[in-house]
Amino acid sequence: MNIRAGMLQRLLPFFSLITLFIFLSIASPHFFTAINLSSVVRQTAVINIMALGMTLVIVSGGIDLSVGAILAFSGTMGTMCMVAGWGMGTGMLAAVLCGAMWGFANGFLTVSLKIPPFIVTLGTLGIARGVTLIISGGLPVSGLPDEFRFLGEGTIGPVPTVLPVLLVCAVLTYVILHSTKLGRYAYAIGSNKAAAVYAGIPVAGYTIAVYAISGMLTGVSSMIEASRLMTGQPTAGQGYELLVIAAVVIGGGSLSGGEGSVVGTLIGAFIMGLLANGSDLLGINPYVQQAIIGAVIIIAVALDEARKRRFTG
Amino acid sequence: MLLELEGIQKNFGGVPALKRGDLRVKAGEVHALVGENGAGKSTLMKIVAGMLERDGGVMKWRGEGVHLRRPADAHAIGISMVHQESLLAAHLTVAENIFLGRELSTGPLMDQRRMEKETAALIEERNFPLQANWRVEELSPAQKQLVEICRALHSASSLLIFDEPTSSLSESETVEVFKIVRSLRERGMGIIYITHRLDELPEIAGRITILRDGDTVHSGNFSDLTTAEVVHHMVGREVSRVYEREPLAPGREVLKVRLPGANFSVHAGEIVGIAGLMGAGRTELCQTIFGITPAAEGSISIEGTATEIRSPRNAVDAGIALITEDRQKTGLALPLPLRENVTLANMDAVSRLGFVLNSKEQRVAEDSRQKLSIQASSIEQPAGRLSGGNQQKIVIAKWLFRDARILLFDEPTRGIDVGAKAEVFALMDELAREGKAVVMVSSELPEILQVADRILVMRDGEIVTELPRQTTQQEIMRYAAVGK
Repeated sequence: MNIRAGMLQRLLPFFSLITLFIFLSIASPHFFTAINLSSVVRQTAVINIMALGMTLVIVSGGIDLSVGAILAFSGTMGTMCMVAGWGMGTGMLAAVLCGAMWGFANGFLTVSLKIPPFIVTLGTLGIARGVTLIISGGLPVSGLPDEFRFLGEGTIGPVPTVLPVLLVCAVLTYVILHSTKLGRYAYAIGSNKAAAVYAGIPVAGYTIAVYAISGMLTGVSSMIEASRLMTGQPTAGQGYELLVIAAVVIGGGSLSGGEGSVVGTLIGAFIMGLLANGSDLLGINPYVQQAIIGAVIIIAVALDEARKRRFTG
Repeated sequence: MLLELEGIQKNFGGVPALKRGDLRVKAGEVHALVGENGAGKSTLMKIVAGMLERDGGVMKWRGEGVHLRRPADAHAIGISMVHQESLLAAHLTVAENIFLGRELSTGPLMDQRRMEKETAALIEERNFPLQANWRVEELSPAQKQLVEICRALHSASSLLIFDEPTSSLSESETVEVFKIVRSLRERGMGIIYITHRLDELPEIAGRITILRDGDTVHSGNFSDLTTAEVVHHMVGREVSRVYEREPLAPGREVLKVRLPGANFSVHAGEIVGIAGLMGAGRTELCQTIFGITPAAEGSISIEGTATEIRSPRNAVDAGIALITEDRQKTGLALPLPLRENVTLANMDAVSRLGFVLNSKEQRVAEDSRQKLSIQASSIEQPAGRLSGGNQQKIVIAKWLFRDARILLFDEPTRGIDVGAKAEVFALMDELAREGKAVVMVSSELPEILQVADRILVMRDGEIVTELPRQTTQQEIMRYAAVGK
């Protein structure tokens, strides 16, 4: 096996991002401007932070299709708390806890019923969506405090507020993945679950923890989404699960588990963000945009599979 | 003469699995093909059935040279194989399975009714306890075997190969299979019957061919041989010893197993071998002790205390380690580096408050690498890139770091080269000398004889005898194959 070629393919997402960046800088005069780049960061922050959690889940060999529904639930509950006058802090905390709760439920059902997470989270997707609509009566939650706009749309100096939030989440996820037992076990469970069980690792508990953390990060995202819209949308996050999974996969995460990284996922999310932003700037029809993103996912996974075949073969 | 094989050869990745396969089968005879695990029986038969292509030698069918490239070629000339593991589609019916790949059709549509009718006729003719429209997943192992047989018969074969047909069957089902085999013989079919259960041979075998290490060592009438002679041909003379071990006086009792069919103890400083044929229940015994398939009854005591082992986690906490038969599937996280594999079972020792202590972990991994002389470019090399022997050492290193007191080695030398084997044996010896209790399951009789202090022989899920280390391969084989 050629280690250098493997390295090169590992770095491929990074080079793709740089190439895309340079291309757009040349192709559109509006691209490399502070305003546009800020808006790219804002637009991708929600998907980006959810994708960090999904990285943990995918590394451990799982999948979570319910993240979009969790986003809607957490956002609706968080904003309802704020509108009820319990304060912004309480609202945000509630959103994060709601996310954690749904994540816990996903993990718990997966390990206790021994059902594949694909099915469990397909189910909780429906349940969370339904419950959200029941609680909200299907109506957006409005009347949020004005200061709440600061999270999603505000700036600290020249920097959009969401950027430091994203960075903090990324650093935390990085530390969890690479410096804690939890992260180590996530890789081990994803690489070879049987070997992890045989090594005496409490696989069930750690699996639940992984989903719960992913849920919490989705809770954080839900507040950014709500702040950008200045409403709690019970229908928010439709189809986000696919964007989130795509970000992880483009960034080198493997749906068969054991592979994935924080940096890769950030790059994956930004590649998708730039594709969307660039298409807008270049006047590419949004329908075509969707097709482009779809094609990119297939190409990324195909390259990943080719690399892995070389690894095992 | 139906089938003549002469000097058939087959290599897998440069390793010879079959060096000289000779076999002559007549119409109307049951020809037994016996040999130890890995002697080349299945390889030879897969070549006959067109599932593998031979690398050398001559194959004649009814006196003419043939070359089979795929199973369909074998079917076409009338050779079928009844597989050991059911190769049936569980969700389809008996009829659908029998006609799988050769469906009858009228125009573009399948002729379901005709297939069911023909199947029903086939079943009725032989009085099998089956129905054409039953789904295969609802059948017992014996019934599945019958479906396999129907399928082979349906292709109107003149040569039928049975690959250990009784390994998953009960006593009465086995008798049924014998009946079928005899009736097929009476109809003038040639039958090759693979087995390593020697007690079955007097029931059916006319002639016998014995393979050992890919070589044909004997061929002739079964009635001319005694069981002892068959065993002798199977195991051959003593193989040169790659490793010699000085046993030590066993210490206190560390592991005491009281399970149905398995009553034994292992003492500190002792290596206990467990021998038996494939499917004798050796791996299952290890899995029960390790909590993968917890025992419904019986007890396991460790250092004199009865210990409840419901999961591998319980076992690991109790100081038991299982070095599994298949390290790639259950022993290692292949994409992860050597370092992470070594510490995986004992992360608490290299972490504080959930955070991994990097330098400590690196030290542990580096120490293990040197102590066990694991050949790797660095401790960061993925386990999957190392040789079988080095992978096995990582698994052992993992359990040493966990400080296991009882080590269960299931086929510890599978897939590793001779040099690494000697190293693994030396390690096992060292572990015993450090006062650990070591259990070694192996199908390689010479290895068990070299390493073990005493040998338990299993057959049909039970320990049938205990033999001292001075015993012979013939003796072990006799108990393993015949039971007495």
